[in-house]
Amino acid sequence: MQPTDIRNPDYFHKVVDCQWACPSHTPVPLYLRLIAAKRFADSYMVNWESNVFPGILGRTCDRPCEPACRRGRVEAEPVAICRLKRVAADYKGDLGTRMPEPPGERNGKRVACVGAGPASLTVARDLALAGYRVVIYDGAARAGGMIRTQIPRFRLPEEVIDEEVGYIERLGVETRYNTWIGSLKELLGEGFDAVFIGSGAPRGRELDVPGRREAAEHIHIGIDWLASVSFGHVKSVGKRVVVLGGGNTAMDCCRTARRLGGEQVYVAVRSGFEQMKASPWEKEDAMGEGIPILDYLVPTEVLHDEGRLTGIVFAKVKAEFDAAGRRSLVPTGATVEIACDEVLVAIGQENAFPWIERDIGLDFDRHGLPALDPLTLQSTLPGVFFGGDAAFGPKNIIWAVAHGHQAAVSIDLYCRGEDAHERPPPMTTLASQKMGIHEWSYDNAVSLDLRYKVPHREQSLALADLGAEVELGYDPVLAYKEAERCLNCDIETVFTPKLCIECDACVDICPVDCITFTDDGEEAELRTRLSAPTHNPEQALYIGKGLKTGRIMAKDEDVCLHCGMCAERCPTGAWDMQQFLLKMTHAAPAAVASGAQR
Amino acid sequence: MTYLAKPTLHHPDLPTNTLGYTRRDYEGAVSTLCAGCGHDSISAAIVRACFELDLPPHRIAKLSGIGCSSKTPTYFLGNSHGFNSVHGRMPSVLTGANLANRDLIYLGVSGDGDSASIGIGQFAHAMRRGVNMVYIVENNGVYGLTKGQFSATADRGAKSKRGVVNIDSPIDMVGMALELGATFVARSFSGDKAQLVPLIKAALTHKGAAFIDCISPCVSFNNHLGSTKSFDYVREHNAAVNKLDYVAGQKEITVDYAPGKVELVTQHDGSVLRLRKLAGEYDVTDRIAAMEYLAGHYAKGEVVTGLLYVSLDSPDLHDYLNTVEKPLNTLDDSELCPGAAALQRINAALR
Repeated sequence: MQPTDIRNPDYFHKVVDCQWACPSHTPVPLYLRLIAAKRFADSYMVNWESNVFPGILGRTCDRPCEPACRRGRVEAEPVAICRLKRVAADYKGDLGTRMPEPPGERNGKRVACVGAGPASLTVARDLALAGYRVVIYDGAARAGGMIRTQIPRFRLPEEVIDEEVGYIERLGVETRYNTWIGSLKELLGEGFDAVFIGSGAPRGRELDVPGRREAAEHIHIGIDWLASVSFGHVKSVGKRVVVLGGGNTAMDCCRTARRLGGEQVYVAVRSGFEQMKASPWEKEDAMGEGIPILDYLVPTEVLHDEGRLTGIVFAKVKAEFDAAGRRSLVPTGATVEIACDEVLVAIGQENAFPWIERDIGLDFDRHGLPALDPLTLQSTLPGVFFGGDAAFGPKNIIWAVAHGHQAAVSIDLYCRGEDAHERPPPMTTLASQKMGIHEWSYDNAVSLDLRYKVPHREQSLALADLGAEVELGYDPVLAYKEAERCLNCDIETVFTPKLCIECDACVDICPVDCITFTDDGEEAELRTRLSAPTHNPEQALYIGKGLKTGRIMAKDEDVCLHCGMCAERCPTGAWDMQQFLLKMTHAAPAAVASGAQR
Repeated sequence: MTYLAKPTLHHPDLPTNTLGYTRRDYEGAVSTLCAGCGHDSISAAIVRACFELDLPPHRIAKLSGIGCSSKTPTYFLGNSHGFNSVHGRMPSVLTGANLANRDLIYLGVSGDGDSASIGIGQFAHAMRRGVNMVYIVENNGVYGLTKGQFSATADRGAKSKRGVVNIDSPIDMVGMALELGATFVARSFSGDKAQLVPLIKAALTHKGAAFIDCISPCVSFNNHLGSTKSFDYVREHNAAVNKLDYVAGQKEITVDYAPGKVELVTQHDGSVLRLRKLAGEYDVTDRIAAMEYLAGHYAKGEVVTGLLYVSLDSPDLHDYLNTVEKPLNTLDDSELCPGAAALQRINAALR
């Protein structure tokens, strides 16, 4: 095999599984250590720089980092990364002068952002700091988009949204709320240098079964209903409620219904329970509130009596898989009838761009989504960029943030007349953490604690108040213990072959048998000859060459605990523990970093 | 400064042996020896050998004397019996323990100072009595705990870290073991576990006095240019006579080798030592030839390693002394005090 080139920023980035999995590549282990050190404000700023909404995401993120977490491969559960992020936001105190000021001098360019959701706000932050004049348009009175309208207050308090939106609004961004953009052509006519469209996926998918129209008064589209609840237009719900759908919106609907007077609330989902789109913890929370989730039920008819909804009929289905592994839901012949007073339809969201003229050179694909360059997020109309749910259909907040960063980079390059495909490389550093013979600048003792549960508000209190946040968050003591579970995957084992005397000390001490000194070979074959044979090709082998005996050092990165034992037992310093820090380059790197580094 | 214990988290696919233990269950406390010490590799080899042999940890007794090497039993087999004896007196304590309880597996760990200087007499007599044990000398040629003076096994002409040349003749522990009647004699190198682990497994299953001289570089005081016990020197001058595969009794031997290239030695417990010959027609059962071979190659500056001599069906100390079959602590009152009639029979036999 070829020796590993650790100068390639991707190599160690991949080892930091959480950061690699995070769409906006937040340096997770770094901010977890800062939380453990009670440096909450520092931790917050590391987050803010990367994902813009630490307080919001710390409560609502889809957490792609957690399934990727190495801890989950050596122990039962990953580190509670998402909920620790919230701790940084909860305990940061006064940020004082940490938040960057907008640059005094503007560059004279104007950018419009359509929609004030997470994608647009990210673009606005990055570009405002880079000297752009940014104008945000939104039909609502306040910014936040789906964060404000669709996520119930018992999951995300309004103050958190106001605070984090405020950090961006204070960067000299011009806000034009209560302003509905009805024509892109008109907007383009206002002479912006670029337009970013982050208008989300605002249309809830409709239920098309007999009886739908007749009982329309008691059947609601989930996201619209959630928005009405959020704005205070809806204050109660029937005693018996059925929620259709298996995503996180369905979970928000059923839990909201439970708080508005729903006594018998059911969730009915077409797929199996395991295949539901909702995050496992959201399902858990819903079921914990006494809401049964009934799976393999396809709605076939709405029952009604003189315009009054009386119930809903489902066909019971089962999943069958063809040779290619594709699933189809086959009727079993059985039907299920659930009596109910109201139905909430949360079976998906669609993009809608009725305000974009089809004759201005902006192409759409056959799904009705804009034709975009996946790297630059640029549409076929050169000055128009997309991001968030508006770009590739419904995803989640952290993806919207990541799109926002990428679009801001593209817009910056575009406005400077440069090729938007020439992406700026990430900033990386790699520095030894050795402080003494057995002393490192990080806590290398591996905690054996199992994942700590986040304390919840007592259920009777939580269900009685729509605005009472259910999760109370870790306190600093619990946060410390949970943060200590982090394996510090950003503290890399760096091997220097010419210093190695092949004494085997590292091989002997490694608690997870990562390290092997053996003859060179092809990767597939070499993987069978390791101290612990590995079958996870997703995880790299770190190859060191140039040893005196002609053998190679092969380290399987898969389950390395980053405990530093190899480096502690190495008599020659051939192993060293070095912190790898990768920061994505945003449109305004210098200005943001100055705040985060203090 | 901290010494962290090795985290108990282990590889998710870590195999278990027939007793349900993982290799990690055979480990001991974290080593306090110098980082990179050859002794730690030998400890790891012992751990691996005991795991692979499915030995119940509580049936093993590990004994040692004084010195860096004699500290190591703390660092392996944390659930076995242990005795850290007076300097150089491990062989006597082990002999006594073995006589009292012949059912345990005895593992004596010693160093070149402990065995070739202060304890050389003890070493010699344990060998000649054929005590059923494994006796490992972790041989680094220096006194590490007292800052690296030459030990009795240092080669004449070897240079110390400070540049002093050794003028004394070395004691060859392997040669002595052969001379004194050990029935299993091997030499290995801490930096070659592929060789060392099967040798320890074979020694642990050998009945009689099994001796392994294991060259173990001292990274602090004897791993420099001019040393004859450094990683580099031993690797360059290593002349292995054979490559041993230990095959447990129940396993069938299926691999074929060209005739004359492989020697199969079946031990008393049915396990098979499969020796792939590396040095011509070296015969592991010929003690005299082994001694000649060793002397000849030593003169050429080579470090001969491998299984050097094995004698099967040799009596051990219990056979010589015709001792009772059971451990003494399992004898009940009727066996310990067989009664007046038995006494009279004995007395009658002596009249």
